[in-house]
Amino acid sequence: MAKVRLATVWLSGCSGCHMSFLDQDEKILELAEKIELIYSPIADVKDFPENVDITLVEGAVGNEEQLELLKKIRRNTRILVALGDCAVNGNVTALRNILRNGDEEVLKRAYVENASINQTVPKKVPRLLKRVLALNEVVKVDAYVPGCPPSAVLINQVLNELLEGKTPVLEGRFKYG
Amino acid sequence: MVREIVVNPVTRIEGHAKITIHLNDDGSVREARFHVTDFRGFEKFCEGRPFYEMPSITSRICGICPVSHLLASAKACDDLVAVETPRTAVLLRRLMHMGQIIQSHALSFFYLSSPDFLLGMDSDPSRRNILGLAEKYPEIAKQGVWLRKFGQSIIENLAGKRIHSSDWIVPGGVKTPLSKEKADAILSEIPRAVEIALNAVSLFNKTLESFRGDIENFGDFPSYYMGLVTRDGGLEHYDGRIRIMSPDGKIVEDQLDPSKYFEYIGEAVEDWSYMKFPYYKSAGYPGGAYRVGPLARLNISSRCGTRLADDLLKDFKKLGGNGVVQNTFMYHYARLIEIVYCVEKTEEILRDPEVLDANVQAKASLNKREGTGVIEAPRGTLIHHYRVDEQGRISWVNLIIATVNNNLAFNKAVTQVAKKYVHGRSLSEGMLNRVEAVVRALDPCLSCATHAIGEMPLKILLYDSENNLVDEVRRS
Ligand code: SF4
Repeated sequence: MAKVRLATVWLSGCSGCHMSFLDQDEKILELAEKIELIYSPIADVKDFPENVDITLVEGAVGNEEQLELLKKIRRNTRILVALGDCAVNGNVTALRNILRNGDEEVLKRAYVENASINQTVPKKVPRLLKRVLALNEVVKVDAYVPGCPPSAVLINQVLNELLEGKTPVLEGRFKYG
Repeated sequence: MVREIVVNPVTRIEGHAKITIHLNDDGSVREARFHVTDFRGFEKFCEGRPFYEMPSITSRICGICPVSHLLASAKACDDLVAVETPRTAVLLRRLMHMGQIIQSHALSFFYLSSPDFLLGMDSDPSRRNILGLAEKYPEIAKQGVWLRKFGQSIIENLAGKRIHSSDWIVPGGVKTPLSKEKADAILSEIPRAVEIALNAVSLFNKTLESFRGDIENFGDFPSYYMGLVTRDGGLEHYDGRIRIMSPDGKIVEDQLDPSKYFEYIGEAVEDWSYMKFPYYKSAGYPGGAYRVGPLARLNISSRCGTRLADDLLKDFKKLGGNGVVQNTFMYHYARLIEIVYCVEKTEEILRDPEVLDANVQAKASLNKREGTGVIEAPRGTLIHHYRVDEQGRISWVNLIIATVNNNLAFNKAVTQVAKKYVHGRSLSEGMLNRVEAVVRALDPCLSCATHAIGEMPLKILLYDSENNLVDEVRRS
């Protein structure tokens, strides 16, 4: 049987969801028999590939580059999974949405007020979005795995269910935070 | 000739970054830059939150080393409430820190970098990852997975959760004591952890030989070194005072008060990166470039204080003139020595008669308006600095993140590798990977560096002498 093509993507998050993915420990090595990790921060392919079966997306959408990437992920992916609270609802990443001009204010604090030389906001970098967005504000999401981060056990169950072609039902199996 | 080379994103690092390479008229490399490309703004949006929420919020800066932020934040909160933390609580916090350094270093070495050493810098990029490693060297991959799990399980035994176990660490101590059962569970795994850590050291020593040619140009340059040391100049990760060493191995500052960091560290900004550029003030910008993290800590420390690690430290010091090891590749070596140290230290802490004591929290309310917490995170010195209003709401935050301290070093290291391997138009995949490999050796936590203070995707861009972007190299 052909291996399932799995991608994992890290948008604006802390990588904790990816770490929880790795916390599957030896089970990761077992998964390797069924999946091919075709795109991931822990692998070496640079462009998001085509024909991806499952993509796990960690993090919210914080800048323009991530917005474009997420749209591309959706076009190229059969099952798109929002992995963790940041992807599901914005979580900590979206705390800046409380501020009126959150994007400008956070930059000003770090690069002008808290800097001693060249006090300027970096420009030759992807622009921050006005508001941080959860994945489903941008694209259709096929499955939600909440938690900050979701536990390794839950991630493993969800993956196995997806690999068996089932839609994971998460009621009663997770908690927020 | 006009060219720009882009590697985007830089992979197998913990974050988002790109690299740009700038050429001279004759096509030789003038400079390479390491750019960080995302930003989350914790310093601003924490304002108005009650101070005791800070450990929990700031641990979300980074999922790789959440414990570092938890601890630095808790120490800043300890400072705000101005109480003495019970000794047992300090022991337990230290224990958690050891667990985290072990897991983080194991991640860096086995999951992210060892595919380069063991599969080869020029091997097939689609297989050059931990799963590819598991196919070819299953035993080594298993050991790496086990060692990271061992570190994570220390955290889990203490706090009930591996990542963002943020309600366990509280201002004034920790929430619950350690049970005898759990202490014994960790102790029973120490021998295997020591064995794997020492195996990794010999594995690394073997690969050193085959990488001789690469290593010479692997970010081998002088810089200052900074980190915490104990009162007598020994290795320290949780407490201690700041020591700064000059590029020729002299101790230029010692026993500095870490909470006065702004007196000796400045922060510069460049408009092409979300990562700021800290520097040692007395030496100016950019001359005051310094490095932090495992290599810096072993350079500045006269001893580790545990048996096996001290033996390894002696050999390590021989690698550099004046006892200063300048080569960025040796970060890997230093990291492995620190794993050995942390495993020994884990045992030492667990054998302390007071570690199981029930008194683990001193309770107090706000007593000061300003607090600072400084620790040595896996990647180097980490500073949390808060001011609060009379009700304990955060009014101002400054964070200096371990990885960010190395920013100038990233740029120097990447430039040196690019100079050696980038020649005009002949760009090979192996060249790109070498440029990235030097970044991996510094083990940037881009989550920290970019999400607190900006985020780094890595990509290589090639610029001509007039600074026009002319080419971008990606592999797919
Ligand atoms: S959900 Fe939590 S663990 Fe996951 S990226 Fe967001 S903050 Fe990190």
